Amino acid sequence: MNVVESNGLGKRYGNTWALRDCTLAIPAGHVAALVGPNGAGKTTLLNLTVGLATRTTGVVTVLGGMPAGSPAALDGIAFVAQDTPLYKNISAADLLHMTRNLNRRFDERYAKARLGDLDIPLERRAGKMSGGQQAQLALTLALARRPQLLVLDEPMAMLDPLARHDFMATVMTAIADDGVSVLLSSHVLAELERVADYLVLLSGGSVQIAGEVDDLLACHRVLTGPAAEAGEYIKRLNVVHVRRGEAQAHLLVRTNGTTEPVPSGWEAHPVSLEELTLAYMRDPAAAALPGPARAVVQPLEVRN
Amino acid sequence: MPTRAGRDASLRPLPWRRMAWVTWRQHRLTVAGVVAVFGVAAVYLLITGFQMHQAYAAVTACRPAGSDVCQQVANNFLGAYAPGVGVTAGLLQVIPALIGAFAGAPVLARELETGTFRYAWTQGFGRARWTVAKLVPLAIAVTVAAGAFSVLVSWYMQPIFGAGDNNGPLYPTQFDLLGVALAAWTLAAFAIGVLAGVLIRRVIPAIFATLAVWAGLAFVTGLFLRSHYNAPVVDSNPTIPAGAWVINQGWFRGGNPASLDMINQTLGRVDVQAVTPEVFSPGPSTPVNFDPVEYLIQHGYTQLTTLQPASRFWPFQWIEGCWLLALSLILIAAAVWLVRRRAA
Repeated sequence: MNVVESNGLGKRYGNTWALRDCTLAIPAGHVAALVGPNGAGKTTLLNLTVGLATRTTGVVTVLGGMPAGSPAALDGIAFVAQDTPLYKNISAADLLHMTRNLNRRFDERYAKARLGDLDIPLERRAGKMSGGQQAQLALTLALARRPQLLVLDEPMAMLDPLARHDFMATVMTAIADDGVSVLLSSHVLAELERVADYLVLLSGGSVQIAGEVDDLLACHRVLTGPAAEAGEYIKRLNVVHVRRGEAQAHLLVRTNGTTEPVPSGWEAHPVSLEELTLAYMRDPAAAALPGPARAVVQPLEVRN
Repeated sequence: MPTRAGRDASLRPLPWRRMAWVTWRQHRLTVAGVVAVFGVAAVYLLITGFQMHQAYAAVTACRPAGSDVCQQVANNFLGAYAPGVGVTAGLLQVIPALIGAFAGAPVLARELETGTFRYAWTQGFGRARWTVAKLVPLAIAVTVAAGAFSVLVSWYMQPIFGAGDNNGPLYPTQFDLLGVALAAWTLAAFAIGVLAGVLIRRVIPAIFATLAVWAGLAFVTGLFLRSHYNAPVVDSNPTIPAGAWVINQGWFRGGNPASLDMINQTLGRVDVQAVTPEVFSPGPSTPVNFDPVEYLIQHGYTQLTTLQPASRFWPFQWIEGCWLLALSLILIAAAVWLVRRRAA
């Protein structure tokens, strides 16, 4: 089952396309990270997924083919929006009761236990809580709905490192306990490296790369060698991004999994998710590079 | 983990009653505010109304009814109380506007402004039904409260009408406080507020927009629209029937409107000056007990009064009530429709 599937999905606000020709299939059982520079269309894609926005073109279905925003889709997806908006003058206990009333399923015991673990008093109003507590409360309300898919929009943007860690720990526990699929957008690449096993990189309103993190990492490596020889490699290899120093050049190369022998004077390193993401973000045209890579990279779902 | 069997496409919607507590919890302060506004106004009307009813007892007890003495008693009563009632009526006009601005406008505008709609509209209840489940009970609550309050206003004003005040129940600042009109205006103001909130998406600007639109609508209705619910009666009898709403009055001679100059020329012979066509000031050589209206009629003038007779009060109430109800339903339906289709 694909938790999110879109075909030619586009969203226009006025004259601007926030998302354009987006074709995706995110399988269930992953923590999928949605990354990209500001204005790349991350929030738009999430809003379309949870049914807050309506598409201009294309199709988007969720949870194995249900139209986004349909009653069944609302039922199975829990969304925590950016800056975790909550009713400021309503207490945690009343927010639990409210969420319970608004949904078919609500695990009140789980919610109360979690808030207890987090030392969030039930009678405290949301507006009186710290940013971390508000985020945890919003997450608890979402998880207590026992969703199939949890969607988080920039969940860590406003949190300090400790609160970030605690927040993601709650998410990871829910994944381990319930097998919930997660789709989250974030700027915090280092944090994503620990949690995400599926990556969708948006750029300028379209999907640049999408795929399982392990596959993506296996298909790329960094070559470091004399800057003078770099030009030759750029011609020959499928180079995503070049970083030149005085003497040395670092090339991020798409290898298709084949391990070509490293020429003398050069060293090969595996790439980290952060490096890979940054390289593609720096070079929005990279996925369209010519070369043998495109024919073979089946699991990568490379898009133009 | 619950079974996934219930998650097919034919999900039955959550029952409406689930929203009852949610609406109450979110809007109980609004409800308290509405009750407080009507409560304070009601206490004032009860206190001053009891005093006025006690004074009015002397008017009803006067015998023989209709005699000059009794007329004088009634006029004294009106002189003492009618100005105060007029001021009170003017102040009560703002109640629908306050409810529209402070109860109607924030309902959806606050959700949109603070971003909490992202929480509310992604819950299993569904955003269109969520909107309906909020708006309908609130609309009914403010309408019922206003309806009950207007019963009190009718009781409060009854002595003034009973004593034969010039401004009958059809008079613009009184008509919309009586009968079904206050409830209808309150509902309409609430609906204007709700729609302004969805369109503007910010609380404070939506409040001001609501006040402006309500004021415009009330003004146009009172000044232009209401007098045309039924063609006005044109009457040449200088004695205006009790409780009638005088829309305008003027002197005619030979079928044409008579100017103030013409009137003054005629009245100059008896040393009377017409300040306006209705207000006359006698001079030193004016005969005693001179009636300028009678004098002008005797000299070929006709006073034509355009009016709505008192008997049209209830038909007009129902006409105004019905179109305001229809307008409110359209505005609320538009708000729900906008929530349904509006992109986040």
